Amino acid sequence: MDLVLQLLFTGIGIGAVYALVALGFVLIFRATNVVNFAQGEFSMVAAYLMVVFSVDLGWPYWLSFLIALAGMALLGVIFNLGVYYPLRHRTYLPVIIATIGASILLSNSVLAIYGPQPQVLQGWFDTPGIQLGPVYLDSQYLLIIAVTILLVLFNFWFFEKTLLGKKLQATSQDKEMASLLGISVSTMIMITFIYSAVLGGLAGILVAPVLFVSIQMGSTIALKAFAATIIGGFGDVTGAIIGGLALGVIETFGAAYISVPYKDGFAFLVLIAFLIFRPQGIFGERVAEKA
Amino acid sequence: MSASDNIQVPVPAVRSKPLIIRHLPYFIGAAVLVALAGSMGFDGYVLNILLQATTFSIAVFGLSVVLGLCGQINLAQATFFGFGAYAVGLGTADLHLSFWPCLVGGCMIALIAGAFLGMSTLRLGGHYLAMVTISFQQIVTLVMINAIWLTHGPDGVSNITRPELFQSSQSYLAFCVAVLAIVGYLVWHLPDTKLGRSMRAVRDNELAAGVNGIDVFRTKIYAFGICALLGGLAGGLFAGGFAYVSPDQFSFAESIGFLTMSLLGGVASPVGSVIGTGLLILIPEWLRFLKSVPGLYLAIYGLFVILIIRFMPDGIWGFVSDAFTRWRAHTKAPPVAAALQLKPATSGGDIVLKVTGLTKHFGGLKAVDGVDIAVKRGGVHALIGPNGSGKTTTLNVLSGLYKATAGKIVLDGTDITNMAPHQRTAAGLGRTFQNIRLFRSMTALENVEIGAERPGNTMIGKGEDALTERAMEALTFVGLGNRANELISSFSYGHQRLIEIARALAANPTLLLLDEPAAGLNSTEKLELHELLKRIAAQGLTILIIDHDMTLVSEAAQHITVLNFGRRIADGESMAVLRHPDVVSAYLGSE
Repeated sequence: MDLVLQLLFTGIGIGAVYALVALGFVLIFRATNVVNFAQGEFSMVAAYLMVVFSVDLGWPYWLSFLIALAGMALLGVIFNLGVYYPLRHRTYLPVIIATIGASILLSNSVLAIYGPQPQVLQGWFDTPGIQLGPVYLDSQYLLIIAVTILLVLFNFWFFEKTLLGKKLQATSQDKEMASLLGISVSTMIMITFIYSAVLGGLAGILVAPVLFVSIQMGSTIALKAFAATIIGGFGDVTGAIIGGLALGVIETFGAAYISVPYKDGFAFLVLIAFLIFRPQGIFGERVAEKA
Repeated sequence: MSASDNIQVPVPAVRSKPLIIRHLPYFIGAAVLVALAGSMGFDGYVLNILLQATTFSIAVFGLSVVLGLCGQINLAQATFFGFGAYAVGLGTADLHLSFWPCLVGGCMIALIAGAFLGMSTLRLGGHYLAMVTISFQQIVTLVMINAIWLTHGPDGVSNITRPELFQSSQSYLAFCVAVLAIVGYLVWHLPDTKLGRSMRAVRDNELAAGVNGIDVFRTKIYAFGICALLGGLAGGLFAGGFAYVSPDQFSFAESIGFLTMSLLGGVASPVGSVIGTGLLILIPEWLRFLKSVPGLYLAIYGLFVILIIRFMPDGIWGFVSDAFTRWRAHTKAPPVAAALQLKPATSGGDIVLKVTGLTKHFGGLKAVDGVDIAVKRGGVHALIGPNGSGKTTTLNVLSGLYKATAGKIVLDGTDITNMAPHQRTAAGLGRTFQNIRLFRSMTALENVEIGAERPGNTMIGKGEDALTERAMEALTFVGLGNRANELISSFSYGHQRLIEIARALAANPTLLLLDEPAAGLNSTEKLELHELLKRIAAQGLTILIIDHDMTLVSEAAQHITVLNFGRRIADGESMAVLRHPDVVSAYLGSE
């Protein structure tokens, strides 16, 4: 029982990271109708920025954190202008191929600069964690869960209560109508890319102390996060969060009770099962294309 | 585009020579290449590069089928390549089997894995497919590394043997080149077969493909299966050539490599595949320093992918062949066609379409609510109603794009309520769309050929020639016979609408559904459309038409059904219905 509680805590912690990245996926998908296959690389690049400033240059953690997030915002701008924007009038296939190209470019550029050796990044707190009854609560996991809760609340407030959020929603639902109402669609899409790059970066920085900073961390996280969005119901914000948490828990239990080397395979099996038996996910409703 | 324009200068019909003779130069060229590969005294280094280029090209052919022809993405081609390679590797080295059964087994494993993967995902959009193939790639790599009892883990498999007949590297290369030539020939001609046309139709417009009788899901699975099969074949040949395989040769990076090769050369053609593969194998050999920094080489691939997609979407070969096509355009005069015969099948009674209690709800919205329609054989029946009255929804439920919430649809005695769109088409339904849905990368003739290929079309004979003949008749019938070989993009909006009608007519449907055919047409075009409808009706084809143009409706239709707020508010003989007070108030409002 103790082990179960311990695994549940770890699973939710890691699942929260998937949820954050999944949120980035969903936001870009809703704004552009395109899945950004480089979303995971945003996390990886942010983690490496932390390593550069906090470890290599020895700058304060909070300063490195702010610089890394600013770097992600800049990456979001470059990504939008270089990858998405020139292809915005084409069908989805060229766009996803371009984002896959961007993902390969980003991860291998970092590899060429930093080499294949995984890097270590300290956690935010000096205290490693606290013992609560039978369960040991790792401070970094606690932080991840707390930040995720805050971000979900922020997200809700931002999209439902602010004018900018409503404009973003309007853009994602009907670009032509939004532009007729005087909303600058290209600005809205730019903001979406910046926001989801920062979100992805945040997830990468939070999870780095738990996982190790490596080239593969991006694609691993992105894969799980995408599975999470399908499990939750594609394009659904709540679904992405629930799906992410569920996947984190399933994977942690699978690794503990079934097999460690195949840990990364469980997400795939769950994904395939959902695709076959419930492709619309837990919350999703599939809508047919209008003829 | 009126009937008088149909008179064409007779061109003597040239009976096309048998394919084998027309393609003789290809086979002679291929034979010369095979002979060269088998006789030139290459040194080991050159031989290895050629062997790699040859086997990789076959794998990239697979991508040109699935991505180029069918528009579906596969980011796991290295996995299927790996299945073939490991089958040959483990089979010959560990089980001491001979090469051939291992090669066949590898192809089968790849095919089955590809078909299974496709069946789980191809009903959904392309994003799912991309992510699922990446996941599949990752999991297979995990198994290759960790299942040491089976795969020898990271050490890989060595001492792989070749067939008796091709023991020397030189003769083995000649064998691989021969396989490349044969597979290349098949892939080159796939687009002109029924399956190939179906794939292109699916790529261009899935909805239109479905209502023209193509089983979209099955076509995608075939494309995906062929791609996986070619991957397996290539991998098996690769393993025999290099006698050693290890997991890193089949990683995600390799899948990206295949994708880049395919995009660089030109995704739509096997020639492009060979060009792209050759370049991406040779360039790194010339620029060796790129390989000294890990990652640099793949980073450049990634950049390539972005740049190609942006600036050269059809690849090198697409660029070259485009220029070539433009240079020799319009040399082929379309053959002259006989008059189009429409002979609707008759198996039911006097009523061709009987709709009872048809209901479609979207969540809480009742778009169509218990509608009854009975369409008489040989007549023109109109379905009218104000905006939002449920007309187009009704049509979409009839053609199977939406699933009915309740109710029953019987077409010529067959219950089609639960059929998929392509099955309804096979049962005798034809339709056009309000917002034109043609296959944009094809010529007018090819579009209409896809319509003519409808399963159950009794009006065409066997073979390609009969198909072309039928399509030409339909195009001539709508007045566009002399422009049959032009691409869709060169036609005006009104003409595109006519091509869509021709596509439906070529299929010889029992019932033709026309979804607002007059929308967006100018007044001359509307008159011509009216003429065309008369000529269609004169042949006894039953038509169900939706339109806002009351002149068109009242003159063409003998029978009108009126919908408002998803319900039927009037039904009967045209003039009586149009004077019905409920209809007048629905359109004009009541006092």
